[in-house]
Amino acid sequence: MFPVKELKRSALISLWFAFLTFPILVVKVDPLERIVQWRWSNMFYIAIGSFVLSILAKVYMIRKERRDARKKETAATEPFAQRIIREPRFLYPLAIACLIFGVSFPFLFSVYQTNIMTTALMYVVLGLGLNIVVGVAGLLDLGYVAFYAVGAYSYALLNLHFDLGFWLVLPLGGLLAAFLGILLGFPVLRLRGDYLAIVTLGFGEIIRLILENWSEFSQGPSGIANIPRPGLFGIDISFGGGITYIYYLVLLLVIFTIFVVNRLQNSRLGRAWLALREDEIACQAMGIDKTKTKLIAFSLGAFWAGLVGVIFAAKTTFVNPASFTFLESAIILSIVVLGGMGSIVGVIIGALILILLPEYLRALSEYRMLAFGAVLVIMMVFKPNGIVSTVRRSYRFKGHAEIEGDSHE
Amino acid sequence: MNDAPVILSVEGLSKNFGGIQAIDSVDLDIRKGEIVALIGPNGAGKTTFFNCLTGIYTPSSGDVYLSNPESGKKTRLNGKKPNKITEIGMARTFQNIRLFPTMSALENVMIGRHCRTNALILGAIFRGPATRREEEGIVDSSYQLLKKVGLHKQVNEQARNLSYGAQRRLEIGRALATEPFLLLLDEPAAGMNPKETEALVALIRQICEEGHSILLIEHDMKLVMSLSDRIVVMDYGKKIAQGTPEEVRSNPAVIKAYLGEDVDA
Amino acid sequence: MDYFIELFFSGLTRGSIYALIALGYTMVYGIIGLINFAHGEIYMIGAFTAFIVATVLSIYGFPLLAIVVIAGVAAAVWSSAYGVTIERLAYRPLRQAPRLAPLISAIGMSIFLQNYVLLAQTSDFIRFPELIPEFAFMEPVAHIVGSSDMVILVTTAIVMIGLTCLIKYTKIGKAMRATAQDKTMAVLVGINVDRVISATFVIGSALAAIGGMLIASHIGQINFYIGFIAGIKAFTAAVLGGIGSIPGAVLGSMILGLTESFATGYVSSDYEDVFAFSLLVLILIFKPSGLLGKAEIQKV
Ligand SMILES: Nc1ncnc2c1ncn2[C@@H]1O[C@H](COP(=O)(O)OP(=O)(O)O)[C@@H](O)[C@H]1O
Ligand SMILES: [Mg+2]
Repeated sequence: MFPVKELKRSALISLWFAFLTFPILVVKVDPLERIVQWRWSNMFYIAIGSFVLSILAKVYMIRKERRDARKKETAATEPFAQRIIREPRFLYPLAIACLIFGVSFPFLFSVYQTNIMTTALMYVVLGLGLNIVVGVAGLLDLGYVAFYAVGAYSYALLNLHFDLGFWLVLPLGGLLAAFLGILLGFPVLRLRGDYLAIVTLGFGEIIRLILENWSEFSQGPSGIANIPRPGLFGIDISFGGGITYIYYLVLLLVIFTIFVVNRLQNSRLGRAWLALREDEIACQAMGIDKTKTKLIAFSLGAFWAGLVGVIFAAKTTFVNPASFTFLESAIILSIVVLGGMGSIVGVIIGALILILLPEYLRALSEYRMLAFGAVLVIMMVFKPNGIVSTVRRSYRFKGHAEIEGDSHE
Repeated sequence: MNDAPVILSVEGLSKNFGGIQAIDSVDLDIRKGEIVALIGPNGAGKTTFFNCLTGIYTPSSGDVYLSNPESGKKTRLNGKKPNKITEIGMARTFQNIRLFPTMSALENVMIGRHCRTNALILGAIFRGPATRREEEGIVDSSYQLLKKVGLHKQVNEQARNLSYGAQRRLEIGRALATEPFLLLLDEPAAGMNPKETEALVALIRQICEEGHSILLIEHDMKLVMSLSDRIVVMDYGKKIAQGTPEEVRSNPAVIKAYLGEDVDA
Repeated sequence: MDYFIELFFSGLTRGSIYALIALGYTMVYGIIGLINFAHGEIYMIGAFTAFIVATVLSIYGFPLLAIVVIAGVAAAVWSSAYGVTIERLAYRPLRQAPRLAPLISAIGMSIFLQNYVLLAQTSDFIRFPELIPEFAFMEPVAHIVGSSDMVILVTTAIVMIGLTCLIKYTKIGKAMRATAQDKTMAVLVGINVDRVISATFVIGSALAAIGGMLIASHIGQINFYIGFIAGIKAFTAAVLGGIGSIPGAVLGSMILGLTESFATGYVSSDYEDVFAFSLLVLILIFKPSGLLGKAEIQKV
């Protein structure tokens, strides 16, 4: 079943990896004590590991080819996940089931689990917000975390200096972030895709560096502590209760966001975004103001990041610049792409996987980020369109009975 | 001979790309209700001329004015963005079809309605009565336009799955959705079979009768001769002739441009 | 005045390093249109390989010159090997994929490689051996230009000239230019595009590795994270100069290096990166395709 040629190939691959990883993985030097440590066992593991993996990958490829061949014979069927999303009769019960699960989560699981789930849900919102920018409008934003930081510091600082409460700052933080989005977007949205990417990345770094270095303003790298949790009609809530409270708050925000994003996608504006992603020149020729439409998407995305930022500050009661690194932007972007660009369900699944996975991978402790990076690569290689590859529900016209009747002259 | 108001007036329009003089000081007037054809060999600069009119390229020199036939308001188009120009009332189709491929036929036309409608973020979120009415209006008028261009049976079809001829007609429908008083068509019959072309001629006539003026680029001489009130001929970026179909047909310069040699007239 | 010249030279040194990294970005971008986020990690791996090899050799008592040469070659070889492997595993399967998929794959690769080095070596800063001695003949100007600055400048200049010749005159160089201009046409005229792409990664990675070794020996310490910020800066430089353009990458790097150096020297070192990115934003606002990039006129 498995030809010798393939075994030879795998042997070569394993040799290659043994060579590749030799200096970094095998040799360890201590320049002060002048000791060299040769860790030959590592080379052995790598050789075996890459040999086995390459065989597995090959087997997968062969299987996949066969499956694809078979698929061509039978009529192309829509993947299961997509059928569910397309059909309201599946989607609604599923959504209700998720909602019930979401609402009862704090009763079913521990405070610790609830806390993790809250984080995951926050990323769902961040993902949905960035999805407007990247997935729907097609603008590659690598500095999304800047707006998240603006939200978080808005709450921290406004509370510190002016004693403003959570509920007042929540919209304010969002608006501040959106305003900053407009300020940044105005000059840079004319740039083509990858230039926009690096400029937004740079912008994200600028915000972080300012927070880190302008100590009089932001208290520098040590951050701001003792940020109050949100109150509920002036009642102070116990620690465990507070976590549950924030959980529900975030859950509400998730529902609100899904509602809004869904409505936006099926609106005049949403259509314009999609059209802009498909053909900018045709769009302009059809009278769509490119800059304005992009700017709206960009600042809306920023608004959501700002909202989540405020909640983040309230949840952790502490903010410092280290929470807003590029890695954060990369994770949020990965959520959008991994889930399936432009798809709400995809983003939700992506966020849950990418945020819960590392949490539950804690067993892997220090290998966690290594595994995270590998998962990103592997997922992209095997599912480049994301888990829920864009199923856009286009507007379906059903109005006129003439569709069947009336024939064209 | 024609005293309808001038709606488009082009004065000394030139465009060069590096060394190439793609358009060389072209003048042109179009009056309300006219169908004007712009013809010329490949590479003559016709498409570039359209691109300069619609703001996709910036002209190197010269002026373009567009006057609304209803209000008589005259606007200088130089330096205006393409979307502004469409808003003023000039829309176009593309020689290399540029539909939104994964959007349905109806949605493509709905995009054309964008500049005549208003709902923004709040409208989208709250979807109040005004927004709902507007959306219904968009769908309705878009459907009517699809019907006009004969695509109402493919409402929900993705644009990329339509036949070539249907895509060209969809582009016309989409352009009409912006309510232009002047419609620019870039080779609308390219790739169509004779039957489709015939339907297209009827469609263009109908559009003109409904009050849109038309400037069209076309290589199909039969179509051009039967449709146009006036023909403008370009070669190497220059306007070399203009006049009624009869005048142009017998113009030696035109024959030379097309056949590449002197022909005794 | 001395201070000004000192800043000027340190800016050029910085710029040289950025240029060595930026070339890899710009070449890869020119050919496959991908922001190779893992490129900074290639540079970091180059620095680590040089560190390991140099330390081992010095423990075994090799002479300095041999150490420098062998460590440099080893860094270039292994970095290239990493570059090619990354392309093969993470980018090649995604050539036909939607535009963002390879980008995410690259980000994943970058995270993976950082943590790989962290786990295999250490998370601490390690002292990098001083590979470049203080030359006696540099004595009179040593307070303005250090020996290692000089070595970096000269090496970069030599490498740039070599690269230019390679791209102008060799067969693979011509194939690279052809592929960058039009991949389909390149295939039609019989160019093996896969090989060209691999060659691009080899060259880009080797340059980055040399940059990694030079800067590590100049600054004197490395850790697993140095690739990130250097990578972003170099990419910024490439964009500044006009991505896809090789002279653009060098020009952009020099401008960036000088700006940072003067900003640090005359204003404050805290905001060095802020200056760098602000410069980028400013230049792109006025010249959206970068300094030497070709303005893209889309044919309609
Ligand atoms: N964006 C552009 N950049 C450079 N040259 C162009 C561009 N667009 C058009 N041209 C040149 O202008 C000339 C006229 O082209 P075009 O207007 O498309 O001709 P036509 O539509 O009459 O066939 C051609 O030589 C073409 O190569
Ligand atoms: Mg043309």
